Amino acid sequence: MIALLLRDLKLAFRAGGGFGLGLAFFLIVTVLVPFAVGPQSSLLSTIAPGILWLGALLACLLSLDRLLALDWEDGSLDLLATAPLPLEAVVSIKALAHWITTGLPLVLAAPFLGVLLNLPAPGFFWLVISLLLGTPAMSVIGTFGAALTVGLKRGGLLLSLLVLPLYVPTLIFGAEVARRGAVGMETQTPLLMLAGITMATIALLPFASAAVLRINLR
Amino acid sequence: MTLSVSDLTITRGGVPVLEGLSFKLTPGQALILRGPNGIGKTTLLRTLAGLQPALAGQIEGAEDQIAYASHSDGLKPTLTVVENLAFWASVFGTHDIQPALDAFALNDLSDRHAGNLSAGQKRRLGLARMLVTGRPIWMLDEPTVSLDKNAVQMFADAVRSHLGQGGSALIATHIDLGLDGEVLDVGPYKAKPQPIGDFDGGFL
Repeated sequence: MIALLLRDLKLAFRAGGGFGLGLAFFLIVTVLVPFAVGPQSSLLSTIAPGILWLGALLACLLSLDRLLALDWEDGSLDLLATAPLPLEAVVSIKALAHWITTGLPLVLAAPFLGVLLNLPAPGFFWLVISLLLGTPAMSVIGTFGAALTVGLKRGGLLLSLLVLPLYVPTLIFGAEVARRGAVGMETQTPLLMLAGITMATIALLPFASAAVLRINLR
Repeated sequence: MTLSVSDLTITRGGVPVLEGLSFKLTPGQALILRGPNGIGKTTLLRTLAGLQPALAGQIEGAEDQIAYASHSDGLKPTLTVVENLAFWASVFGTHDIQPALDAFALNDLSDRHAGNLSAGQKRRLGLARMLVTGRPIWMLDEPTVSLDKNAVQMFADAVRSHLGQGGSALIATHIDLGLDGEVLDVGPYKAKPQPIGDFDGGFL
């Protein structure tokens, strides 16, 4: 399992695509928003938590279609399916590798981009906390979507459409934590909901992903 | 570890391709799978490797004893030869890749990225993966594609030494490997076309 994780991280480092693309997209979205909505700092600080969350979500979505497709194309998925590693572990590791290469950089970049959007000072802590809790769910749900569409030609479009509604609960509660945090309100309720959603997806979805992958490999 | 298959029916895309297939693969034995293109050799190997379910029949001999090599090698172009092999070795829990490098003369290439190898060299690396799995039953699908004469010899030697250590191999190939294995011609097991039912007949 560790070997698979290390290999995936090594591949992401050497190909360069995974890390850079999501971050660049996140940067572009947050840089362009002030140009689009105007420079009033009061408006920007109101919408900052939502924009940052949306940017992170879309950046995450962008990298999903390569998650399993590369391994499918070169036959490694077939070989992994016949290896002693259970497919549930394979998809969990894939999701973890995706989170490390995409979700974690987004979490780390978010505070810096928050400055660009005039995010209120108390909001930074809650933004990082909410993204830290929410992005793993996005990777796990994304892996499920990637497993569903793995054999399809141009499955990327279908993948985005399938995954988007599944991302909605995470987005609602994640952005709510950041928004409430920014204006100094109580964050416990949305935070617990967000944590619950993430825990549930991590606990359940790998089994579903492995099951659909098994069917797709036939 | 004996693999025994009895009265097996396999399907591709929901259509039966081979039916009533029975054979036994005992330790030390190599079975050469022959038959025209499209008869279902790959489907048979995938079914035996546990990648797809059989429609009917029994497969005995545990699935987790099988190492499968498909048409594609599962190599990562940005990893070196050693890194590719070491990855599969640790997935299968064996860790020693030196014998595999020796058997397929990959020592000189060990630090090259797999993406820079020729087709034949990639194939050799793909076959070397079989050695690091440490599993007794090899299933090989057209293993000699793009291999030159020397490399085919290397491969035949590797299979021979695997058989000598009590392993067995099921090889789908169209060329003569010079192995003294039995030949299993799957041609006679070709599934008969499904008769058109009343509903389909009426529709047509």
